[in-house]
Amino acid sequence: MANSEFYHALTILTDVCIGCSHCMRACPTEALRVTNGKAMLISNRCIDCGECYRVCPTHAITVQQDDFSKIFSYKHRIALIPSVLLGQFPKEISHDEVAKALITLGFTSIVEVEDSVEYLIGKLNAYINNAEAKPVISSFCPAIVRLVQVKFPSLVDSIALVRPPLDLTASYIKTNLIHEGVPENDIGIFYITPCAAKIVAVRRPEGEEKSEIDGIINMDFIYNRILREVKHKLPDGGEQRFVSELSPRSYTWALTNGEASCIDGHCLAIDGIWNVIEFLEKVENDEITDIDYLELRACDESCAGGILAPGNRFLAAELIRKNASSVSVWSINKTSEKVARYDSMISGRTALNPLQPRSMLKLDEDMAKAMLKMKRVNQMMCFLPGIDCGVCGAPSCLSLAEDVAQGSASVSQCVFLQKIMEQNKLHPEHSFRIMKRVWGENRFRKDCDKPIRNK
Amino acid sequence: MHFEYRVQGGDFVRAGQASSQVKKILKQLNVSPNIIKRVVVALYEGEVNIVAHAFQGKIYVDIDTDKIRVVLDDVGPGIPDIEMAMKPGFSTASPIVREMGFGAGMGLPNIKENTDKMKIASVVGVGTRLEFEVNLKE
Repeated sequence: MANSEFYHALTILTDVCIGCSHCMRACPTEALRVTNGKAMLISNRCIDCGECYRVCPTHAITVQQDDFSKIFSYKHRIALIPSVLLGQFPKEISHDEVAKALITLGFTSIVEVEDSVEYLIGKLNAYINNAEAKPVISSFCPAIVRLVQVKFPSLVDSIALVRPPLDLTASYIKTNLIHEGVPENDIGIFYITPCAAKIVAVRRPEGEEKSEIDGIINMDFIYNRILREVKHKLPDGGEQRFVSELSPRSYTWALTNGEASCIDGHCLAIDGIWNVIEFLEKVENDEITDIDYLELRACDESCAGGILAPGNRFLAAELIRKNASSVSVWSINKTSEKVARYDSMISGRTALNPLQPRSMLKLDEDMAKAMLKMKRVNQMMCFLPGIDCGVCGAPSCLSLAEDVAQGSASVSQCVFLQKIMEQNKLHPEHSFRIMKRVWGENRFRKDCDKPIRNK
Repeated sequence: MHFEYRVQGGDFVRAGQASSQVKKILKQLNVSPNIIKRVVVALYEGEVNIVAHAFQGKIYVDIDTDKIRVVLDDVGPGIPDIEMAMKPGFSTASPIVREMGFGAGMGLPNIKENTDKMKIASVVGVGTRLEFEVNLKE
């Protein structure tokens, strides 16, 4: 369904989708409808948070990634790995083994995404200090940036215009290698992502011309490949290929409270997209006045809960915290050396361009037309039952009314109104046809094997 | 378009509901984010004023393509000295209300700052009527 204006990493496989409407009910921006027995995505509303992916019982929602063989079109093949990847594996598998498996799979070197975090902390603290409007909202989670753009347009200016660690690290690696004389075309940086939103952030960055990441590999995919290498093929011993050099606070940056615990002033960390929405409503009303910085993450347990992270999010977060406190090679001297190196390599390239709101809520560009549509919506709401059953193929009575006002749905899709209409002139045959147009023929056939979602 | 909201004095839990509703309406009408922010800040302050000081109140909102007009009518103690109440930092809020984080004495000055027209009329022992307008076109 992706149109050219809004790119999405989440795609609905129409032939696998059974139109069960679970995704429609889970979507925080009401971006899904059911038509002809299939889920349809409203492109300008989707923020790629992946809540639909979690609830789909048939795996009809997929996350696009690059073909793995794409890495071999580069001479220098860098795997950019987030600490969350290392948190997926059982304790018996060492970080070095994971790294060796990645090298066996074809990468030439491994860099941690959080490499730039110490440098970022300085930049972020300076930015927040100078910010006029508080609270400043973190730019870390791309699903949150897009949520603010579509649902909280008046808060777009509150987002910190500081590039997230992924982008800073990628810029640093590239600049460093070019500095060493490597031709730019030979450098391929591949990010191993725990979620769909980061893919969109790389393919269609907000506040940047283009990303310096050359390809994306999904974490669940590489997890299987790494485990297979480790279990079956990896030779014993050999020289150590990987030691984490991250400071403990860099290591836990992507976890809940990772940012909030490092930023000066009064910070608050909120994870889970519904929690974030609830809080941003208050921020937008100016009810929140004494907070300097908001760390907001779409997923419960932040990136450990990413839709492509295969492990249990609570265990992964605990393991990452344990790993962080056992990083042995880290030292304050090394950290300040690294910050200085970042400063010499990518100084002046830490800011994001101003972000633009793209409100999904407006009923029309023209205010007079929007008012007419709103009057229609309010009128329809007097007749719709208000129970948000979803049988019309829209997630709530209000969304059906808005769809009707926008011309993309019909009031007769509501079963309650159908019953009333049947008493007048609507033929039962006709009302049956209407329901089939929403749910498809198959929904009305006997099916003893339909996938049931266990809650 | 006309909308009405009821406000219960002393119910801080629900303070802000009218502001949230109006905010959503203005977003749907494609009003610019800066203007929405001004309206919402003014309305929220007015709403909290009723909750903090009055027994009950009603909010009337009228929107046309040029402006939003809001009337906040309350039944309450009234304001003896409006000029004083308009001064930043002046507040008659009770210690309990202040403990809840309200009553900093910035309510009315904040409303004035965020609106294009503002009027208060009050009768001691009867109630207060606050009216304001915000132009919706920049």
